[in-house]
Amino acid sequence: MGRRIDISRRREGILAEKAFAWLCRLAVFLPLVILLWLLGKVVATGIGRIDLDFLTEAPSQLDAATGGIWPALMGSVWLIGLTAAVSLPIGVGAAVYLEEYGKRSRLATLIEIAIANLAGVPSIIYGMLGLGLFVRALALGETVLAGALTLSLLVLPVVIMSSREALRTVKDALREAALGLGATRWQTTRHVVLPMAMPGILTGAILAISRAIGETAPLVVVGAVGFILFAPDGVDSEYTALPMQIFQWTSSPQRAFLVNAAAGIVVLMFTLFLLNSVAILLRNRFQKRMY
Amino acid sequence: MACYTPCAVVPESDMKIKVSSLRAWFGNHEVLKGIDLAIPAREVTAIIGPSGCGKSTFIRCLNRMHELIAGARSEGHVLLDDTDVYAPGVDPVLLRRRVGMVFQKPNPFPSMSIRDNVLAGLRLTSRLERAKAAEIVERALRHAALWDEVKDKLDKPGTSLSGGQQQRLCIARTLAVDPEVVLMDEPCSALDPIATARIEDLLHDLRRDYTIVIVTHNLQQATRVSNKTAFFLQGELVELNDTERMFTSPQDRRTEDYITGKFG
Repeated sequence: MGRRIDISRRREGILAEKAFAWLCRLAVFLPLVILLWLLGKVVATGIGRIDLDFLTEAPSQLDAATGGIWPALMGSVWLIGLTAAVSLPIGVGAAVYLEEYGKRSRLATLIEIAIANLAGVPSIIYGMLGLGLFVRALALGETVLAGALTLSLLVLPVVIMSSREALRTVKDALREAALGLGATRWQTTRHVVLPMAMPGILTGAILAISRAIGETAPLVVVGAVGFILFAPDGVDSEYTALPMQIFQWTSSPQRAFLVNAAAGIVVLMFTLFLLNSVAILLRNRFQKRMY
Repeated sequence: MACYTPCAVVPESDMKIKVSSLRAWFGNHEVLKGIDLAIPAREVTAIIGPSGCGKSTFIRCLNRMHELIAGARSEGHVLLDDTDVYAPGVDPVLLRRRVGMVFQKPNPFPSMSIRDNVLAGLRLTSRLERAKAAEIVERALRHAALWDEVKDKLDKPGTSLSGGQQQRLCIARTLAVDPEVVLMDEPCSALDPIATARIEDLLHDLRRDYTIVIVTHNLQQATRVSNKTAFFLQGELVELNDTERMFTSPQDRRTEDYITGKFG
Protein backbone atom coordinates (compact mmCIF):
# COMPACT_ATOMS: atom_id res chain seq x y z
CA MET A 1 0.00 0.00 0.00
CA GLY A 2 1.24 3.47 -0.87
CA ARG A 3 1.46 6.30 1.62
CA ARG A 4 -1.72 8.21 2.08
CA ILE A 5 -1.44 11.75 0.64
CA ASP A 6 -2.54 14.56 2.91
CA ILE A 7 -4.83 16.48 0.59
CA SER A 8 -5.21 19.55 2.76
CA ARG A 9 -1.53 20.47 2.81
CA ARG A 10 0.12 22.99 0.50
CA ARG A 11 1.18 21.32 -2.74
CA GLU A 12 4.93 21.50 -3.52
CA GLY A 13 5.80 23.90 -6.33
CA ILE A 14 2.57 25.80 -6.00
CA LEU A 15 4.35 29.13 -5.70
CA ALA A 16 6.28 28.66 -8.93
CA GLU A 17 3.06 27.62 -10.59
CA LYS A 18 1.28 30.77 -9.50
CA ALA A 19 4.23 32.98 -10.37
CA PHE A 20 4.28 31.55 -13.87
CA ALA A 21 0.57 32.18 -14.36
CA TRP A 22 1.05 35.78 -13.25
CA LEU A 23 4.00 36.20 -15.60
CA CYS A 24 1.84 35.04 -18.47
CA ARG A 25 -0.91 37.43 -17.44
CA LEU A 26 1.63 40.25 -17.36
CA ALA A 27 2.84 39.33 -20.84
CA VAL A 28 -0.69 39.86 -22.09
CA PHE A 29 -1.71 42.95 -20.16
CA LEU A 30 1.49 45.00 -20.00
CA PRO A 31 1.74 45.53 -23.79
CA LEU A 32 -1.99 46.05 -23.88
CA VAL A 33 -1.79 48.84 -21.30
CA ILE A 34 1.12 50.51 -23.09
CA LEU A 35 -0.71 50.23 -26.39
CA LEU A 36 -3.91 51.67 -24.99
CA TRP A 37 -2.01 54.51 -23.36
CA LEU A 38 -0.31 55.40 -26.67
CA LEU A 39 -3.55 55.08 -28.53
CA GLY A 40 -5.36 57.24 -26.02
CA LYS A 41 -2.71 59.91 -26.28
CA VAL A 42 -2.84 59.99 -30.06
CA VAL A 43 -6.62 60.03 -30.13
CA ALA A 44 -6.75 62.75 -27.46
CA THR A 45 -4.32 64.88 -29.45
CA GLY A 46 -5.79 64.31 -32.86
CA ILE A 47 -9.51 63.77 -32.49
CA GLY A 48 -10.30 67.45 -32.14
CA ARG A 49 -8.69 68.14 -35.50
CA ILE A 50 -10.83 65.63 -37.40
CA ASP A 51 -13.87 67.04 -39.12
CA LEU A 52 -15.31 66.82 -42.61
CA ASP A 53 -12.91 69.43 -43.90
CA PHE A 54 -9.91 67.52 -42.58
CA LEU A 55 -11.04 64.44 -44.47
CA THR A 56 -11.97 66.17 -47.71
CA GLU A 57 -9.41 68.94 -48.19
CA ALA A 58 -5.85 69.06 -49.40
CA PRO A 59 -3.15 69.80 -46.82
CA SER A 60 -1.84 73.26 -46.24
CA GLN A 61 1.89 73.83 -45.85
CA LEU A 62 1.49 77.16 -44.16
CA ASP A 63 -1.33 76.82 -41.70
CA ALA A 64 -1.55 73.60 -39.73
CA ALA A 65 -5.05 74.42 -38.60
CA THR A 66 -6.51 74.36 -42.11
CA GLY A 67 -6.46 71.78 -44.87
CA GLY A 68 -6.62 68.02 -44.52
CA ILE A 69 -5.59 64.63 -45.75
CA TRP A 70 -7.83 64.04 -48.76
CA PRO A 71 -4.99 63.35 -51.25
CA ALA A 72 -3.26 60.95 -48.83
CA LEU A 73 -6.49 59.17 -47.93
CA MET A 74 -7.39 58.68 -51.59
CA GLY A 75 -3.81 57.73 -52.39
CA SER A 76 -4.01 54.97 -49.79
CA VAL A 77 -7.38 53.82 -51.14
CA TRP A 78 -5.91 53.59 -54.64
CA LEU A 79 -2.85 51.75 -53.37
CA ILE A 80 -4.89 49.24 -51.39
CA GLY A 81 -7.36 48.64 -54.20
CA LEU A 82 -4.66 48.07 -56.79
CA THR A 83 -2.52 46.02 -54.43
CA ALA A 84 -5.46 43.75 -53.64
CA ALA A 85 -6.39 43.44 -57.31
CA VAL A 86 -2.85 42.37 -58.19
CA SER A 87 -1.76 40.31 -55.20
CA LEU A 88 -4.95 38.34 -54.53
CA PRO A 89 -5.31 36.52 -57.86
CA ILE A 90 -1.58 35.93 -58.18
CA GLY A 91 -1.16 34.92 -54.54
CA VAL A 92 -4.12 32.55 -54.44
CA GLY A 93 -3.17 31.15 -57.84
CA ALA A 94 0.37 30.46 -56.70
CA ALA A 95 -0.91 28.84 -53.50
CA VAL A 96 -3.30 26.61 -55.46
CA TYR A 97 -0.49 25.57 -57.77
CA LEU A 98 1.84 24.73 -54.90
CA GLU A 99 -0.78 22.90 -52.81
CA GLU A 100 -3.00 21.23 -55.40
CA TYR A 101 -0.81 20.71 -58.43
CA GLY A 102 2.88 21.06 -57.71
CA LYS A 103 3.11 18.94 -54.59
CA ARG A 104 5.43 16.34 -56.03
CA SER A 105 7.93 18.50 -57.83
CA ARG A 106 11.30 19.57 -56.54
CA LEU A 107 10.68 22.96 -58.09
CA ALA A 108 7.70 23.47 -55.79
CA THR A 109 9.89 22.75 -52.76
CA LEU A 110 12.44 25.32 -53.95
CA ILE A 111 9.73 27.89 -54.56
CA GLU A 112 8.36 27.20 -51.11
CA ILE A 113 11.70 27.93 -49.45
CA ALA A 114 12.14 31.07 -51.54
CA ILE A 115 8.71 32.36 -50.55
CA ALA A 116 9.29 31.74 -46.86
CA ASN A 117 12.53 33.73 -47.10
CA LEU A 118 10.95 36.52 -49.12
CA ALA A 119 8.37 37.05 -46.40
CA GLY A 120 11.20 38.06 -44.07
CA VAL A 121 12.92 40.55 -46.39
CA PRO A 122 12.77 44.15 -45.06
CA SER A 123 10.23 46.26 -46.89
CA ILE A 124 12.75 48.85 -48.06
CA ILE A 125 14.42 46.17 -50.16
CA TYR A 126 11.12 45.72 -51.96
CA GLY A 127 11.16 49.47 -52.47
CA MET A 128 14.55 49.21 -54.22
CA LEU A 129 13.26 46.35 -56.35
CA GLY A 130 10.16 48.37 -57.24
CA LEU A 131 12.32 51.36 -58.16
CA GLY A 132 14.52 49.31 -60.44
CA LEU A 133 11.78 47.16 -61.95
CA PHE A 134 8.58 49.16 -62.14
CA VAL A 135 9.66 52.79 -61.98
CA ARG A 136 12.72 52.50 -64.23
CA ALA A 137 12.87 49.25 -66.25
CA LEU A 138 9.16 49.16 -67.02
CA ALA A 139 9.15 52.97 -67.14
CA LEU A 140 5.99 53.32 -65.11
CA GLY A 141 7.48 56.36 -63.41
CA GLU A 142 6.65 57.50 -59.92
CA THR A 143 3.00 56.60 -60.27
CA VAL A 144 0.44 55.08 -57.97
CA LEU A 145 0.57 51.94 -60.15
CA ALA A 146 4.29 51.52 -59.56
CA GLY A 147 3.66 51.98 -55.83
CA ALA A 148 0.86 49.42 -55.80
CA LEU A 149 2.91 46.88 -57.75
CA THR A 150 5.75 47.32 -55.27
CA LEU A 151 3.38 46.79 -52.35
CA SER A 152 1.97 43.74 -54.16
CA LEU A 153 5.44 42.19 -54.27
CA LEU A 154 5.75 42.95 -50.58
CA VAL A 155 2.53 41.22 -49.54
CA LEU A 156 2.62 38.40 -52.08
CA PRO A 157 4.71 35.99 -49.97
CA VAL A 158 2.37 36.48 -47.02
CA VAL A 159 -0.72 36.05 -49.19
CA ILE A 160 0.72 32.87 -50.70
CA MET A 161 1.72 31.41 -47.35
CA SER A 162 -1.58 32.17 -45.62
CA SER A 163 -3.55 30.87 -48.61
CA ARG A 164 -1.54 27.64 -48.60
CA GLU A 165 -2.20 27.30 -44.91
CA ALA A 166 -5.92 27.70 -45.58
CA LEU A 167 -5.83 25.16 -48.43
CA ARG A 168 -4.02 22.71 -46.19
CA THR A 169 -6.87 22.76 -43.66
CA VAL A 170 -9.14 21.12 -46.27
CA LYS A 171 -9.02 17.38 -45.64
CA ASP A 172 -7.51 15.14 -48.31
CA ALA A 173 -10.47 12.82 -47.85
CA LEU A 174 -12.64 15.47 -49.51
CA ARG A 175 -10.26 15.86 -52.44
CA GLU A 176 -10.27 12.08 -52.88
CA ALA A 177 -14.05 12.00 -52.66
CA ALA A 178 -14.35 14.51 -55.50
CA LEU A 179 -11.65 12.91 -57.63
CA GLY A 180 -13.22 9.50 -57.00
CA LEU A 181 -16.47 10.81 -58.45
CA GLY A 182 -14.69 11.60 -61.68
CA ALA A 183 -14.02 15.27 -61.08
CA THR A 184 -10.88 16.81 -62.52
CA ARG A 185 -8.25 18.51 -60.38
CA TRP A 186 -9.66 21.86 -61.43
CA GLN A 187 -13.27 20.90 -60.64
CA THR A 188 -12.17 19.54 -57.29
CA THR A 189 -10.22 22.69 -56.49
CA ARG A 190 -12.90 25.06 -57.74
CA HIS A 191 -15.97 23.46 -56.17
CA VAL A 192 -14.69 21.58 -53.13
CA VAL A 193 -11.35 22.91 -51.95
CA LEU A 194 -11.54 26.64 -52.63
CA PRO A 195 -15.02 27.19 -51.13
CA MET A 196 -13.88 25.50 -47.94
CA ALA A 197 -10.58 27.36 -47.81
CA MET A 198 -12.08 30.73 -48.75
CA PRO A 199 -12.65 32.13 -45.24
CA GLY A 200 -9.06 31.38 -44.31
CA ILE A 201 -7.69 32.71 -47.59
CA LEU A 202 -9.63 35.97 -47.23
CA THR A 203 -8.63 36.49 -43.64
CA GLY A 204 -4.97 35.95 -44.44
CA ALA A 205 -5.08 38.11 -47.55
CA ILE A 206 -6.77 41.03 -45.87
CA LEU A 207 -4.38 40.89 -42.93
CA ALA A 208 -1.48 40.90 -45.40
CA ILE A 209 -2.94 43.85 -47.26
CA SER A 210 -3.50 45.67 -43.98
CA ARG A 211 0.21 45.42 -43.57
CA ALA A 212 0.71 47.20 -46.86
CA ILE A 213 -1.50 50.07 -45.85
CA GLY A 214 0.90 51.07 -43.08
CA GLU A 215 4.05 50.75 -45.18
CA THR A 216 6.07 53.90 -45.73
CA ALA A 217 9.64 52.88 -46.51
CA PRO A 218 9.10 51.24 -49.92
CA LEU A 219 6.85 54.10 -50.99
CA VAL A 220 9.53 56.63 -50.19
CA VAL A 221 11.88 54.74 -52.47
CA VAL A 222 9.47 54.33 -55.39
CA GLY A 223 8.63 58.02 -55.27
CA ALA A 224 5.46 58.68 -53.39
CA VAL A 225 5.55 62.41 -52.75
CA GLY A 226 5.30 63.82 -49.25
CA PHE A 227 3.23 66.78 -50.18
CA ILE A 228 0.60 66.87 -52.89
CA LEU A 229 -2.60 68.82 -53.30
CA PHE A 230 -4.59 66.41 -55.45
CA ALA A 231 -6.01 62.93 -55.10
CA PRO A 232 -4.93 60.45 -57.80
CA ASP A 233 -7.22 60.45 -60.82
CA GLY A 234 -5.81 57.34 -62.48
CA VAL A 235 -3.18 54.62 -62.18
CA ASP A 236 -0.57 56.94 -63.69
CA SER A 237 -1.08 59.77 -61.18
CA GLU A 238 1.37 61.11 -58.70
CA TYR A 239 0.29 60.12 -55.22
CA THR A 240 0.97 60.10 -51.56
CA ALA A 241 -0.31 57.77 -48.86
CA LEU A 242 -1.53 58.19 -45.29
CA PRO A 243 1.69 57.05 -43.60
CA MET A 244 3.70 59.30 -45.95
CA GLN A 245 1.56 62.31 -45.04
CA ILE A 246 1.83 61.50 -41.35
CA PHE A 247 5.59 61.16 -41.69
CA GLN A 248 5.76 64.49 -43.46
CA TRP A 249 3.77 66.22 -40.73
CA THR A 250 5.78 64.72 -37.88
CA SER A 251 9.02 65.87 -39.47
CA SER A 252 7.74 69.41 -39.74
CA PRO A 253 9.46 71.88 -37.37
CA GLN A 254 6.21 73.55 -36.31
CA ARG A 255 4.59 71.78 -33.38
CA ALA A 256 1.10 72.57 -34.65
CA PHE A 257 1.57 70.05 -37.44
CA LEU A 258 1.98 67.30 -34.84
CA VAL A 259 -1.73 67.61 -34.14
CA ASN A 260 -2.36 66.94 -37.81
CA ALA A 261 -0.08 63.91 -37.62
CA ALA A 262 -2.05 62.58 -34.66
CA ALA A 263 -5.30 63.15 -36.50
CA GLY A 264 -3.81 61.40 -39.54
CA ILE A 265 -2.88 58.41 -37.38
CA VAL A 266 -6.44 58.20 -36.11
CA VAL A 267 -7.73 58.19 -39.69
CA LEU A 268 -5.18 55.53 -40.70
CA MET A 269 -6.14 53.32 -37.78
CA PHE A 270 -9.81 53.75 -38.50
CA THR A 271 -9.21 52.73 -42.12
CA LEU A 272 -7.37 49.63 -40.90
CA PHE A 273 -10.16 48.86 -38.50
CA LEU A 274 -12.67 49.19 -41.33
CA LEU A 275 -10.62 46.89 -43.54
CA ASN A 276 -10.36 44.25 -40.84
CA SER A 277 -14.08 44.48 -40.15
CA VAL A 278 -14.73 43.81 -43.81
CA ALA A 279 -12.43 40.79 -43.53
CA ILE A 280 -14.38 39.42 -40.62
CA LEU A 281 -17.73 40.06 -42.32
CA LEU A 282 -16.58 38.33 -45.49
CA ARG A 283 -15.27 35.38 -43.52
CA ASN A 284 -18.52 35.01 -41.62
CA ARG A 285 -20.51 35.16 -44.83
CA PHE A 286 -18.45 32.39 -46.36
CA GLN A 287 -18.56 30.35 -43.20
CA LYS A 288 -22.33 30.54 -43.04
CA ARG A 289 -22.53 28.79 -46.37
CA MET A 290 -20.40 26.03 -44.89
CA TYR A 291 -22.86 24.71 -42.30
CA MET B 1 -25.24 6.69 -70.51
CA ALA B 2 -25.65 3.41 -68.71
CA CYS B 3 -28.78 2.77 -66.75
CA TYR B 4 -29.49 1.76 -63.20
CA THR B 5 -31.09 -1.57 -63.88
CA PRO B 6 -28.99 -4.17 -65.67
CA CYS B 7 -28.67 -3.06 -69.26
CA ALA B 8 -27.75 -6.40 -70.70
CA VAL B 9 -27.75 -9.95 -69.52
CA VAL B 10 -24.21 -10.80 -68.63
CA PRO B 11 -23.26 -14.44 -68.30
CA GLU B 12 -22.23 -15.44 -64.79
CA SER B 13 -18.74 -16.29 -65.89
CA ASP B 14 -18.01 -12.86 -67.37
CA MET B 15 -15.09 -11.04 -65.88
CA LYS B 16 -15.51 -7.30 -65.43
CA ILE B 17 -11.92 -6.59 -64.50
CA LYS B 18 -8.83 -8.58 -65.39
CA VAL B 19 -5.65 -7.65 -63.58
CA SER B 20 -2.27 -8.93 -64.70
CA SER B 21 1.24 -8.33 -63.32
CA LEU B 22 0.10 -5.31 -61.38
CA ARG B 23 2.87 -3.76 -59.33
CA ALA B 24 2.69 -0.64 -57.20
CA TRP B 25 5.12 1.44 -55.19
CA PHE B 26 5.22 4.16 -52.57
CA GLY B 27 8.57 5.74 -53.32
CA ASN B 28 10.98 2.80 -53.35
CA HIS B 29 8.76 0.57 -51.29
CA GLU B 30 7.03 -2.03 -53.43
CA VAL B 31 3.55 -2.64 -52.02
CA LEU B 32 2.14 -4.82 -54.81
CA LYS B 33 4.48 -7.39 -56.28
CA GLY B 34 2.74 -8.54 -59.41
CA ILE B 35 -0.92 -9.34 -58.93
CA ASP B 36 -2.92 -11.47 -61.37
CA LEU B 37 -6.59 -11.57 -60.59
CA ALA B 38 -9.94 -11.46 -62.35
CA ILE B 39 -13.04 -9.89 -60.84
CA PRO B 40 -16.42 -11.25 -61.95
CA ALA B 41 -19.18 -8.91 -63.08
CA ARG B 42 -22.14 -8.30 -60.77
CA GLU B 43 -20.71 -10.12 -57.84
CA VAL B 44 -19.05 -9.04 -54.64
CA THR B 45 -15.36 -9.79 -54.43
CA ALA B 46 -13.79 -9.36 -51.00
CA ILE B 47 -10.12 -8.58 -50.52
CA ILE B 48 -8.79 -9.73 -47.17
CA GLY B 49 -5.38 -9.76 -45.58
CA PRO B 50 -3.42 -8.33 -42.65
CA SER B 51 -2.67 -4.60 -42.38
CA GLY B 52 -0.09 -3.44 -44.88
CA CYS B 53 -0.62 -6.36 -47.27
CA GLY B 54 -1.50 -3.98 -50.11
CA LYS B 55 -5.24 -4.60 -50.27
CA SER B 56 -6.20 -0.92 -50.20
CA THR B 57 -3.47 -0.06 -52.68
CA PHE B 58 -4.80 -2.82 -54.93
CA ILE B 59 -8.27 -1.39 -55.25
CA ARG B 60 -6.89 2.14 -55.55
CA CYS B 61 -4.98 0.92 -58.58
CA LEU B 62 -8.22 -0.23 -60.19
CA ASN B 63 -9.51 3.33 -60.63
CA ARG B 64 -6.07 4.94 -60.71
CA MET B 65 -6.46 6.73 -57.39
CA HIS B 66 -3.15 5.28 -56.19
CA GLU B 67 -1.09 7.48 -58.48
CA LEU B 68 -2.59 10.64 -56.95
CA ILE B 69 -0.48 10.20 -53.83
CA ALA B 70 2.87 11.99 -54.03
CA GLY B 71 5.64 9.48 -54.76
CA ALA B 72 3.24 6.66 -55.61
CA ARG B 73 3.32 4.82 -58.93
CA SER B 74 2.13 1.60 -60.46
CA GLU B 75 2.55 -0.54 -63.55
CA GLY B 76 0.88 -3.55 -65.11
CA HIS B 77 -2.42 -4.17 -66.78
CA VAL B 78 -5.93 -3.65 -65.51
CA LEU B 79 -8.49 -4.52 -68.15
CA LEU B 80 -11.92 -3.02 -67.64
CA ASP B 81 -14.14 -4.70 -70.23
CA ASP B 82 -11.03 -5.34 -72.34
CA THR B 83 -9.76 -1.75 -72.17
CA ASP B 84 -6.47 -1.42 -70.33
CA VAL B 85 -6.98 1.43 -67.89
CA TYR B 86 -3.22 1.98 -67.84
CA ALA B 87 -2.96 2.28 -71.62
CA PRO B 88 -1.78 5.64 -72.88
CA GLY B 89 -4.72 7.78 -73.87
CA VAL B 90 -6.95 6.51 -71.08
CA ASP B 91 -8.21 9.43 -69.03
CA PRO B 92 -8.21 8.50 -65.34
CA VAL B 93 -10.88 11.15 -64.72
CA LEU B 94 -13.30 9.42 -67.08
CA LEU B 95 -12.28 6.01 -65.74
CA ARG B 96 -13.33 7.06 -62.24
CA ARG B 97 -16.83 7.80 -63.49
CA ARG B 98 -17.12 4.14 -64.45
CA VAL B 99 -15.28 2.81 -61.41
CA GLY B 100 -16.57 4.57 -58.32
CA MET B 101 -15.14 4.43 -54.83
CA VAL B 102 -16.40 4.47 -51.26
CA PHE B 103 -13.80 5.32 -48.67
CA GLN B 104 -12.93 4.05 -45.22
CA LYS B 105 -14.26 7.06 -43.36
CA PRO B 106 -17.51 8.62 -44.46
CA ASN B 107 -16.50 11.82 -46.25
CA PRO B 108 -19.60 13.77 -47.31
CA PHE B 109 -18.83 17.29 -48.51
CA PRO B 110 -19.34 19.50 -45.43
CA SER B 111 -20.32 22.50 -47.53
CA MET B 112 -23.22 20.66 -49.13
CA SER B 113 -26.72 19.54 -48.18
CA ILE B 114 -27.78 15.90 -48.37
CA ARG B 115 -29.30 16.55 -51.79
CA ASP B 116 -26.22 18.35 -53.08
CA ASN B 117 -23.97 15.59 -51.80
CA VAL B 118 -25.87 13.05 -53.85
CA LEU B 119 -25.66 15.28 -56.91
CA ALA B 120 -22.04 16.30 -56.27
CA GLY B 121 -20.49 13.95 -58.82
CA LEU B 122 -22.79 15.13 -61.59
CA ARG B 123 -22.63 18.75 -60.54
CA LEU B 124 -18.86 18.88 -60.12
CA THR B 125 -18.42 17.53 -63.60
CA SER B 126 -21.31 19.64 -64.92
CA ARG B 127 -23.29 16.72 -66.27
CA LEU B 128 -26.41 17.47 -64.26
CA GLU B 129 -29.66 18.02 -66.04
CA ARG B 130 -31.66 20.09 -63.59
CA ALA B 131 -34.99 18.57 -64.52
CA LYS B 132 -33.72 15.14 -63.56
CA ALA B 133 -32.08 16.17 -60.28
CA ALA B 134 -34.97 15.24 -57.98
CA GLU B 135 -35.37 11.88 -59.66
CA ILE B 136 -31.66 11.08 -59.45
CA VAL B 137 -31.54 12.05 -55.78
CA GLU B 138 -34.46 9.83 -54.87
CA ARG B 139 -33.26 6.90 -56.91
CA ALA B 140 -29.70 7.03 -55.56
CA LEU B 141 -30.86 7.44 -51.97
CA ARG B 142 -33.34 4.57 -52.33
CA HIS B 143 -30.61 2.45 -53.83
CA ALA B 144 -28.41 3.24 -50.85
CA ALA B 145 -31.30 2.43 -48.46
CA LEU B 146 -31.24 5.93 -47.04
CA TRP B 147 -34.27 7.53 -48.68
CA ASP B 148 -36.80 6.90 -45.92
CA GLU B 149 -34.52 8.34 -43.28
CA VAL B 150 -33.64 11.56 -45.09
CA LYS B 151 -36.48 12.32 -47.51
CA ASP B 152 -37.85 15.06 -45.24
CA LYS B 153 -34.53 16.78 -44.65
CA LEU B 154 -32.74 16.80 -47.97
CA ASP B 155 -31.65 20.39 -47.35
CA LYS B 156 -29.90 19.56 -44.09
CA PRO B 157 -26.11 19.33 -44.25
CA GLY B 158 -24.76 15.89 -45.10
CA THR B 159 -22.52 16.04 -42.06
CA SER B 160 -25.56 16.29 -39.76
CA LEU B 161 -26.27 12.58 -40.29
CA SER B 162 -24.95 9.75 -38.13
CA GLY B 163 -21.77 7.97 -39.22
CA GLY B 164 -23.62 5.05 -40.75
CA GLN B 165 -26.04 7.34 -42.57
CA GLN B 166 -23.12 9.43 -43.82
CA GLN B 167 -21.51 6.32 -45.26
CA ARG B 168 -24.75 5.37 -47.03
CA LEU B 169 -24.92 8.96 -48.28
CA CYS B 170 -21.44 8.49 -49.71
CA ILE B 171 -22.61 5.27 -51.35
CA ALA B 172 -25.59 7.12 -52.81
CA ARG B 173 -23.24 9.82 -54.05
CA THR B 174 -21.15 7.19 -55.79
CA LEU B 175 -24.20 5.46 -57.30
CA ALA B 176 -25.63 8.74 -58.62
CA VAL B 177 -22.73 8.94 -61.06
CA ASP B 178 -23.93 5.59 -62.41
CA PRO B 179 -20.70 3.59 -62.25
CA GLU B 180 -20.34 -0.03 -63.33
CA VAL B 181 -17.89 -0.97 -60.62
CA VAL B 182 -17.99 0.17 -57.00
CA LEU B 183 -14.78 -0.12 -54.99
CA MET B 184 -15.16 -0.07 -51.22
CA ASP B 185 -12.17 0.46 -48.97
CA GLU B 186 -13.13 -0.92 -45.56
CA PRO B 187 -16.42 0.97 -45.70
CA CYS B 188 -17.58 -0.22 -42.28
CA SER B 189 -14.41 0.12 -40.26
CA ALA B 190 -15.55 3.44 -38.75
CA LEU B 191 -19.11 2.25 -38.07
CA ASP B 192 -20.90 0.52 -35.22
CA PRO B 193 -22.30 -3.02 -35.66
CA ILE B 194 -25.84 -1.89 -36.48
CA ALA B 195 -24.70 0.58 -39.12
CA THR B 196 -22.38 -2.11 -40.45
CA ALA B 197 -25.25 -4.59 -40.75
CA ARG B 198 -27.26 -2.06 -42.75
CA ILE B 199 -24.43 -1.57 -45.22
CA GLU B 200 -23.96 -5.32 -45.54
CA ASP B 201 -27.67 -5.71 -46.33
CA LEU B 202 -27.27 -2.98 -48.88
CA LEU B 203 -24.42 -4.86 -50.55
CA HIS B 204 -26.72 -7.81 -51.17
CA ASP B 205 -29.03 -5.54 -53.14
CA LEU B 206 -26.31 -3.65 -54.95
CA ARG B 207 -24.60 -6.68 -56.40
CA ARG B 208 -27.53 -7.24 -58.71
CA ASP B 209 -26.54 -4.10 -60.60
CA TYR B 210 -22.91 -3.46 -59.83
CA THR B 211 -19.58 -5.18 -59.74
CA ILE B 212 -18.34 -4.66 -56.21
CA VAL B 213 -14.86 -5.02 -54.80
CA ILE B 214 -14.69 -4.61 -51.04
CA VAL B 215 -11.60 -4.47 -48.90
CA THR B 216 -12.28 -5.67 -45.39
CA HIS B 217 -10.27 -6.62 -42.34
CA ASN B 218 -13.32 -8.31 -40.95
CA LEU B 219 -13.35 -11.95 -42.04
CA GLN B 220 -16.93 -12.53 -40.94
CA GLN B 221 -17.92 -9.61 -43.12
CA ALA B 222 -16.20 -11.21 -46.10
CA THR B 223 -18.16 -14.43 -45.54
CA ARG B 224 -21.41 -12.53 -45.17
CA VAL B 225 -21.22 -10.27 -48.20
CA SER B 226 -18.96 -11.75 -50.85
CA ASN B 227 -19.11 -14.42 -53.54
CA LYS B 228 -15.37 -14.48 -54.14
CA THR B 229 -12.57 -13.77 -51.73
CA ALA B 230 -8.96 -12.90 -52.46
CA PHE B 231 -6.34 -13.24 -49.74
CA PHE B 232 -3.41 -10.85 -49.97
CA LEU B 233 -0.18 -11.20 -48.03
CA GLN B 234 2.82 -8.87 -48.22
CA GLY B 235 1.89 -7.49 -51.61
CA GLU B 236 1.11 -10.85 -53.19
CA LEU B 237 -2.10 -12.65 -53.96
CA VAL B 238 -2.00 -15.90 -52.02
CA GLU B 239 -5.35 -17.31 -52.92
CA LEU B 240 -8.50 -16.44 -54.81
CA ASN B 241 -11.50 -18.65 -54.39
CA ASP B 242 -15.22 -18.85 -53.92
CA THR B 243 -15.80 -17.34 -50.52
CA GLU B 244 -17.43 -20.47 -49.17
CA ARG B 245 -14.54 -22.68 -50.24
CA MET B 246 -12.00 -20.17 -49.04
CA PHE B 247 -13.34 -20.26 -45.51
CA THR B 248 -14.12 -24.00 -45.34
CA SER B 249 -11.24 -25.57 -47.24
CA PRO B 250 -8.51 -23.08 -48.06
CA GLN B 251 -5.99 -24.33 -50.61
CA ASP B 252 -2.99 -22.54 -49.20
CA ARG B 253 -1.47 -23.10 -45.79
CA ARG B 254 -1.00 -19.36 -45.25
CA THR B 255 -4.67 -18.70 -45.96
CA GLU B 256 -5.63 -21.31 -43.43
CA ASP B 257 -3.33 -19.81 -40.82
CA TYR B 258 -4.77 -16.35 -41.43
CA ILE B 259 -8.44 -17.27 -41.34
CA THR B 260 -8.00 -19.42 -38.27
CA GLY B 261 -6.38 -16.49 -36.51
CA LYS B 262 -2.81 -17.81 -36.27
CA PHE B 263 -1.56 -14.38 -37.38
CA GLY B 264 -2.91 -11.08 -38.59
